[in-house]
Amino acid sequence: MPATPARPVRPATPSAPPAPRKRRYAREVAVVAFAQSDHRRRTDELSEVEMVMPVLHQVLAQTGLKTGEIGFTCSGSSDYLAGRAFSFTMTLDGVGAWPPISESHVEMDGAWALYEAWVKIQTGEADTALVYAYGKSSPGSVRDVLTRQLDPYYVAPLWPDAVALAALQARALIDAGDTDEQALAAIGARSRADAAANPHAQLTGVVPQGDHQVAPLRTGDCPPVGDGAAAVVLAAGDVARSLCARPAWITGIDHRIEAHGLGLRDLTDSPSTRTAAEHAGLFDGPVDTAELHAPFSSQEVVLRKALRLGGPGDGVAVNPSGGALAANPMMAAGLIRIGEAAARIHRGASDRAVAHATSGPCLQQNLVAVLEGDRA
Amino acid sequence: MTAAPPPETLRAPLVVEFPFTRSLGPVQSAFLTGLREGVVLGVKTSGGKVMVPPVEYDPVTAEEIRELVEVAPTGTVTTWAWNASPRPNQPLATPFAWVLVTLDGAGTGLLHALDAPGPDAVRTGMRVRVRWAAERSGAITDIACFEPCDAGPDDGGPDSCDGAPARPHDGAFADPVTGIVAAARLDYTYTPGRAQTAYINGLAERKTVGERCPSCHKVYVPPRGACPTCGVATTDRVEVGPAGTVTTYCIVNIKARGLDIDVPYVYAHIALDGAGLALHGRIGGIPYDQVRMGLRVEPVWTEGGRHPDHYRPTGEPDADYDAYKELI
Repeated sequence: MPATPARPVRPATPSAPPAPRKRRYAREVAVVAFAQSDHRRRTDELSEVEMVMPVLHQVLAQTGLKTGEIGFTCSGSSDYLAGRAFSFTMTLDGVGAWPPISESHVEMDGAWALYEAWVKIQTGEADTALVYAYGKSSPGSVRDVLTRQLDPYYVAPLWPDAVALAALQARALIDAGDTDEQALAAIGARSRADAAANPHAQLTGVVPQGDHQVAPLRTGDCPPVGDGAAAVVLAAGDVARSLCARPAWITGIDHRIEAHGLGLRDLTDSPSTRTAAEHAGLFDGPVDTAELHAPFSSQEVVLRKALRLGGPGDGVAVNPSGGALAANPMMAAGLIRIGEAAARIHRGASDRAVAHATSGPCLQQNLVAVLEGDRA
Repeated sequence: MTAAPPPETLRAPLVVEFPFTRSLGPVQSAFLTGLREGVVLGVKTSGGKVMVPPVEYDPVTAEEIRELVEVAPTGTVTTWAWNASPRPNQPLATPFAWVLVTLDGAGTGLLHALDAPGPDAVRTGMRVRVRWAAERSGAITDIACFEPCDAGPDDGGPDSCDGAPARPHDGAFADPVTGIVAAARLDYTYTPGRAQTAYINGLAERKTVGERCPSCHKVYVPPRGACPTCGVATTDRVEVGPAGTVTTYCIVNIKARGLDIDVPYVYAHIALDGAGLALHGRIGGIPYDQVRMGLRVEPVWTEGGRHPDHYRPTGEPDADYDAYKELI
């Protein structure tokens, strides 16, 4: 492992000499556009394609590309949210899948669809990729739906819901002295205060911490349940430069998984996140922005530790969008973290950012991407 | 052609239910059979760690592990969460704690429920024991829940909370459990969205309403709200049919369970007049072996039906192949 600073700190002045970007992949690939829906508790009046299509149009409009000009399309979603098999095929209508396009789908958060698209571009088979993700949680009870992703022999028959499993992790953190209920409440409050500047967020401003849902987690420690979609466009090298004034170069990306059995894991840590971050080169230099997919306040504590982000006041903007505590459209929230980090680079608010996505109970699977903008 | 007004949102219950039938490997079979017999088994890795519940492959080395051991039905809570409002299907209907319990002799945690009077009665490190279900079948729910050790006698008798080291077990039981049936039911409320709502509402008035792509002008029926060629919303409504042309068909010879239609019958693609693609439906009112490509048909509605029951010949001459070949 390379020597690393104990705590990443943003360069003191904008005139500090830029660190050369480390070239670790065959091709330069950047996020060149990002769009997302307004995330809402329900979207009864919209089918999935009707919800996704405006977001696709927005992200393509940012680049001037048309659907037929995209080299590869990849999406992330889950049939279990809608309760209908192969529901993702319906949204293909929104990308103009005829004449035939090169397309793929992951039954995962769209961050993993982005990873697949990134690999596709690395192989040289495409120069551009459209990645989108969506989730309508409103038709069912997402707490119960998510139990179906658990070990079917020993765990799923007990129907432990997503909040219950996160609460077990939160208790383990409190017992370990890593946090307390007050600190957790502060994470929720900060997230929703920051989300006031995010027009797409579902839950913003001052939100009561509320009663225990599954103690020690209170309502304010849990993400809102809602419907939403997001999309990004990836492009390689000079194509990226032609489509975007300041591309958000993906200088590192990696994803790792941990054992399925919750009782086999140390819930107070996220070694998979740490390993992914090391392989993505996160610790090679400081970051100024961190978009973390932490649906529960307690999970931000775990991720800060794994990513060595330290605490408030260290100069790193953590979830300036409000994060998943302000809007957590299932299967899109991780892709949104990459999109939000990239958008900050696009508009010059960030030079080097880390984006994280998670999937599965208690941060079982984690993806880390490092994004960088060209320095003037 | 009219621009679509805002739809009334249709909604209907949607139940997804399936009895997942799963086979068990040797380790899972021994564990679940053991639960039926009131014995908790773990599996020992080559490193000496005992895993409860057992896995078949070492999560660190990926080595196949088969060495079964019996652990105590008592253990220690390593983390917990108080569930004041139990949800359907969860182990207890009254408020309880979710717990990870490391059983005595084990080195990993088992997830289950703890029956305790309230959150003040639960803490990390507390001693608990298994409460067995009255009727056991070889499933994780054979453990009804855990209960605090101080809730009963701790006199060294059968209910003692004294721990015991893991001891070897051959995993052999009479009539082993080789599979589980895990029923899963999820309840949804389906809402079809703008385009399909308009289509379904139209059918209720015995009209078939498609939507035209503003870009390529093709009329989709049933409409899904988007043109898959152009990737844009289809917002202009167009009434099509009622008559149409059979573009292709097949003869169904196997009766589906619960289907009240005699076989053989014909299932066809039908291009309604004015539509840009064919929809599918059953052909009736004509012997199955006389259905042909180009046959002109019209919908037949049953009393109170919300969609056509089937299509029957109109009696018109067959359509020219050239008239529908693009729609096959």
